Amino acid sequence: MKPRRSMLYMPGNSPGMLQHAPVFGADSVLLDLEDAVAVAEKDAARRLVAHFLRVLDFGRVEVTVRINGADTPYFETDLEEIIPARPSAVRLPKCQSPGDVLRADALMTTIEERHGMEAGTVGIHAMLETARGLEHAFEIATASPRVKALTLGGQDLTADLGVQKTREGWELFYARGRVVMAARAAGIAAFDTVWTDVDDPEGLAAEAKQIVEMGFTGKAAIHPSQIPVIHEAFRPDPREFRRAWRIVTAAEEAERQGKGVLLVDGRMVDGPIVVRAQRLLDLGVLYGMEGDETA
Amino acid sequence: MRRAKMVRNAIGRFVPADVPGIGSFEPYAGAMAKIAERRERPRICAPLKATPPSRNKVAPDLKEAVRRSGLENGMTISFHHHFRNGDVLMSLVLATLDEMGFRDLTLAPSSLPDTADFVADYIRRGVVARLHTSGLRGEVGRAVSAGELEIPVVIRTHGGRARAVEEGSIAIDVAFMGAPACDVLGNFTGCIGKSACGALGYAQVDVRHARHVIALTDDLMDYPVRPRISVPQYLVDQVVVVDSLGDPTKIATGAVRITRNPVDLCVAKNAFDLVAASGLLAPGCSFQVGAGGASLAVAAFVREHLREKGIRGSFGLGGISGFMSGMLEEGLFNAMFDVQSFDSAVTGSMVRNPDHIEIDASWYANPLNKGCLVHNLDVVILAALEVDPEFHVNVMTGNDGVLRGASGGHADTAAGAKLAIVVAPSFRGGVPTIKDSVKTVITPGETVDAIVTERGICINPARTDLLEAALKANLPVKDITDLKKEVERLTGVPRPVEYDEDHIVAVVEYRDGTLLDTVCRTLRR
Repeated sequence: MKPRRSMLYMPGNSPGMLQHAPVFGADSVLLDLEDAVAVAEKDAARRLVAHFLRVLDFGRVEVTVRINGADTPYFETDLEEIIPARPSAVRLPKCQSPGDVLRADALMTTIEERHGMEAGTVGIHAMLETARGLEHAFEIATASPRVKALTLGGQDLTADLGVQKTREGWELFYARGRVVMAARAAGIAAFDTVWTDVDDPEGLAAEAKQIVEMGFTGKAAIHPSQIPVIHEAFRPDPREFRRAWRIVTAAEEAERQGKGVLLVDGRMVDGPIVVRAQRLLDLGVLYGMEGDETA
Repeated sequence: MRRAKMVRNAIGRFVPADVPGIGSFEPYAGAMAKIAERRERPRICAPLKATPPSRNKVAPDLKEAVRRSGLENGMTISFHHHFRNGDVLMSLVLATLDEMGFRDLTLAPSSLPDTADFVADYIRRGVVARLHTSGLRGEVGRAVSAGELEIPVVIRTHGGRARAVEEGSIAIDVAFMGAPACDVLGNFTGCIGKSACGALGYAQVDVRHARHVIALTDDLMDYPVRPRISVPQYLVDQVVVVDSLGDPTKIATGAVRITRNPVDLCVAKNAFDLVAASGLLAPGCSFQVGAGGASLAVAAFVREHLREKGIRGSFGLGGISGFMSGMLEEGLFNAMFDVQSFDSAVTGSMVRNPDHIEIDASWYANPLNKGCLVHNLDVVILAALEVDPEFHVNVMTGNDGVLRGASGGHADTAAGAKLAIVVAPSFRGGVPTIKDSVKTVITPGETVDAIVTERGICINPARTDLLEAALKANLPVKDITDLKKEVERLTGVPRPVEYDEDHIVAVVEYRDGTLLDTVCRTLRR
């Protein structure tokens, strides 16, 4: 399992930052061609990002690129130059309908074929940042097998809703629930929006805890200092981790013995619980947690 | 000087056996070689000078004080660098000496701050003919690197300078000591006064060994100076009142802030993780950091760790910043030993808090006395301009080969601490930090336990225990040559600096008095 707890935004026109993309401990980086880049810098940023994708060793860090929206003159050129450089996925801003995904999908397939790449090499992370987009969340998530994640764009959404972003974030509560539900239903990842106040790590910690409990699989960061805070929110509870270890071990044992019914700690355990336990174990490994020594 | 008889030292660098105008030197033989000799050496002290009972040592002016001091051409004068970039005293004194016609002097300050560019002019005018210092930067660095001083500069560590003064290798004839709060008989301190600078650890060495001591003050206080006397009257010959010792805003800068630079923070986190893995942050631990970006950020992690685990350390050491004195106030250490204070927050702490202890440079770091504090350090975090696969560290010459740094306490603390970690970003301005071989060795690799960058931790192969602990803690350990190659894939390999190898402009003395390296004249490309 490739962890995607944190996604660090990096401005696509800043070589000084991009060269350090692999070192901050983020699970993935998001090289931004959209909001972080001024209009006059769009071409330079696109070329720079395409070049970095080809030459920089990102190690274990997953690399995605946020391109400019389909309603901008940069959309097609962004895809033309970024897709051949093989990022793991492109983030499509302001997805309003399945049509937005399908349009990008078709374009990406053409580009991939032209460059001798297998169709579907580059994934899509669909950004939902309007009320309309949210209302189509599930259809967008299932519009194409390329869609690997739904991501919530909180900044634009609050603007669209005509409300203020608050520290507690209740205005996004429904939107978050909707994104998680649609993503889980489609079997893809769900990423939460950014915490914009770099000087308020406590606020970030509280929000990160909340979104983990809601079922998000990751959260975007706008500064490297936010990464450890986000990761901390995903740290499994040691007791839960030990229980997961017992479940997985028991499941493996049951499979060896050909037993169908599984009992752990006196309770019956079925398929989805084993899957969840395995996910928790994989997560625990990232925090250096080890097997069942103390249970 | 032209290259003369050279000998190869223990790290394979060729150093002169004799430096004309300075004296003879032994080659570096290993970090602990001199200490292991356990030899007793004579110590040079300030002469006893019977002085008729007096109620006032204030001289009419600086010129008259200089005349009374008996200063002659060819003699050695000293200054402390506690006023840092706010210092105007050295400039005032050199201008006066120049005006009085002095030439061929040996200038032996404890260091030269960034703002000492004017010294280059006095070198060119022949006022200064020899220079002993820890730091060499700006115009003076350029002038020396260009070969403008015939006799090589001797670069010393803070501990090495204390040793040199005590053994007489630097024989100070007249010490011009800035005295922020001074009384008419010469008792003085730096922790109060218009130009307060905190600890006076470097001055305290000079006054005990100089033949003649002139205390210069811009804040003459009622007798006796209170609440502390850092230098007592019996060591001071004369007092001179001047308009200003320096710019208070530059002497004591505001509280240093922890860096926000993400790469520095990443370096600091890696360094802290290694410190934590070493197990040295236990009750009774001792700790020193520099004031630079990544180093101070390590202190922030250490502070958090001590708080969280409820650990109380024994002492913090060094140039002390407000951040460190804050840790003392919080009760995270029993004491702060302060040889030099970095910001205004510290000055107040020293007055208020008896556990904030002013120490002299010999107590701090002289390797050949009966026990200096750096030898009791558990952990030190140090910076670097460049390093190499032998773990040698250069903090003195820049990428262009020109002198632009300070030896400071780097080699002293590295040798003394149980764990010496050098922190640096893996490249700066596109130039990699790990070179094939550092241009100038200031701290020998045998005293450096680890080099930590944002891209990984390199552990000195001699420290198998540390390597084991780091691997066990799952830290990003890399072989230094692998990391070097990794970085060079990004940056390329810089062209080596061209030197006139026959022209030595400075010698680097190790803390024990042996020669570690030389610096040659740079050739203009």
